[in-house]
Amino acid sequence: MTSLTTAQQETLIESSSKFSGVRLTDRIFYWLTVILAIGIGLVLIWITYSLLSIAIPAIASFGLGFLASSTWNPVQDVYGAFPQIYGTILSSFIALLFAIPLGVGVAIFLSENFLPRKILTPIAFTVELLAAIPSVVYGMWGIFIFIPAILPLLKWVNNAFGWVPIFSTSPSTRQLFAASLVLAIMILPTIIAISRDTMISIPPQLRQGAYGLGATRWETITKVLVPAGLSGIIGSIMLALGRALGETMALAMLVGNSNRINISWFAPASTISALIANQFGEASGLQKSALFYEALVLMLLTLAVNVLAEFIVGRFQQVE
Amino acid sequence: MTTNPSTQPNARSSMLPESDVVIQTENVSIYYGSFQAVRNVFLDIPKNRVVAFIGPSGCGKSTLLRCYNRLNDLIPGARVEGKITYQGVDLYDPKVDPVEVRRRVGMVFQKANPFPKSIYENIAFGARVNGYKGDMDELVERSLRGSALWDEVKDKLKQSGLSLSGGQQQRLCIARAIAIEPEVILMDEPCSALDPISTLRVEDLIHELKQQFTIIIVTHNMQQASRVADYTAFFNAEAGDGGSRFGYLVEYDRTENIFNSPKQQSTQDYVSGRFG
Ligand SMILES: Nc1ncnc2c1ncn2[C@@H]1O[C@H](COP(=O)(O)OP(=O)(O)O)[C@@H](O)[C@H]1O
Ligand SMILES: [Mg+2]
Repeated sequence: MTSLTTAQQETLIESSSKFSGVRLTDRIFYWLTVILAIGIGLVLIWITYSLLSIAIPAIASFGLGFLASSTWNPVQDVYGAFPQIYGTILSSFIALLFAIPLGVGVAIFLSENFLPRKILTPIAFTVELLAAIPSVVYGMWGIFIFIPAILPLLKWVNNAFGWVPIFSTSPSTRQLFAASLVLAIMILPTIIAISRDTMISIPPQLRQGAYGLGATRWETITKVLVPAGLSGIIGSIMLALGRALGETMALAMLVGNSNRINISWFAPASTISALIANQFGEASGLQKSALFYEALVLMLLTLAVNVLAEFIVGRFQQVE
Repeated sequence: MTTNPSTQPNARSSMLPESDVVIQTENVSIYYGSFQAVRNVFLDIPKNRVVAFIGPSGCGKSTLLRCYNRLNDLIPGARVEGKITYQGVDLYDPKVDPVEVRRRVGMVFQKANPFPKSIYENIAFGARVNGYKGDMDELVERSLRGSALWDEVKDKLKQSGLSLSGGQQQRLCIARAIAIEPEVILMDEPCSALDPISTLRVEDLIHELKQQFTIIIVTHNMQQASRVADYTAFFNAEAGDGGSRFGYLVEYDRTENIFNSPKQQSTQDYVSGRFG
């Protein structure tokens, strides 16, 4: 190392003082970010703590049996979350059943040059707009347009396949299955957008390699591209599932809020978030505590799904 | 000075002292949209020979190569004029199925592109999509031996193809290409990302493969062309009327003639490194 002459040292020091204004904003920005990051963590802890503290009486009274009990009786102050947990998981499951094939299919269709770019861009944009519709609008649309429109079809299914337990009741105007279909539409954009980004980011060399070996487009997609993008597609599904589990407004409006478990999908049902939205207004005491217990269960459920999604998506990006 | 191809429109540099021609390129021009990338190429590829394409970047070597297995079909706007025949069949006849073409004309790419699957599956994939019904284990071994990779990977066939080194990946891609038993193999700068030792291995491989296959190889490496190729085609690019540069075939001859006694001054300049 050659040492600097005094003059050079002075210019260095001078130049640093010239930029000290920039340095100061850098510092302020740094500390602002640190404070915000810590603040967000604190808010999360605070929310969890308050949920827990209010839920504790219910946890103490009902224990884990709460999760398996089907009673919700404010008069006798006995509560259980089983119908809501069942409805939450089943409605999300049905929604995924429809949204996965449709969403992944559309994502592939929008990423593999099936369409000229002029048509493609507006379609992709429209799909993303689907995500911007407020859920109360989905709820209203479900009540006034969608459910009346599909009810004849569901009646036909009930007539023809009524011997199948899940189709065994006459379709009600508020019911699990129709609500789940609306939920499917609501989570479609998540699956489409992320799966499409995944498919687009697959190196074009893989595509050329497959075609170059005499693979058809179908073989290239199903045997090379989808496996290569699988982690990203699964990640998109997990994020969509997270949204479906927590969706409140549309389900509160459409699912029928029945506190009984009915094996038929065409019957009214309930979900955790719908129950909370419907009851928190007049709840107090142990009922309120039970609602917070339900909220805690929901939070853990979505947390688990989101962590899983982060993990899978992160692993995918590593492979890239 | 370079020769202007327009002053000699019928420069049939394709004439070869070979009787068995696999691919005929007759007056082929290739466009990307309205941009003419390659102009008026006549070029015959003889069977079981190695033909090298050399020339500066952007003169359309890859573009022409991708026409021989119709991989340009994947590029929106790409268009071919003129006639390319493979074993006498017009490759761009509407009745021709490009998938079928690619089963007979395999390709190895510049950047090794193994699938994110096991070594075994990388080879089995092509065979399966081609409806191969024989013994898959045997085919995998034969292909890996054919690409001189077997000894290095025989104990880890279940490992990902991506876990191999760059040179091994490229030989895996060659194994994958020969597994579908094509008649022609196109190689687009297969060694440009490889170290010198891996490059020599691939060159040795090319020497062996030519017993069975017809090979067209694009290379920027003069020594490589002179080492592996029986024939060499020199391409160049030139500014056209509209100012955009198009590529064209300058000279096509036995490799020793191209390197020792080229007929065109621009070929002489290029092979002796006095170019541009
Ligand atoms: N996919 C493409 N779309 C548009 N132009 C392209 C495309 N690929 C290549 N070109 C153009 O065609 C010309 C020839 O390119 P290329 O065949 O890659 O040359 P080379 O392989 O000899 O370097 C270049 O001007 C290049 O910019
Ligand atoms: Mg090239």
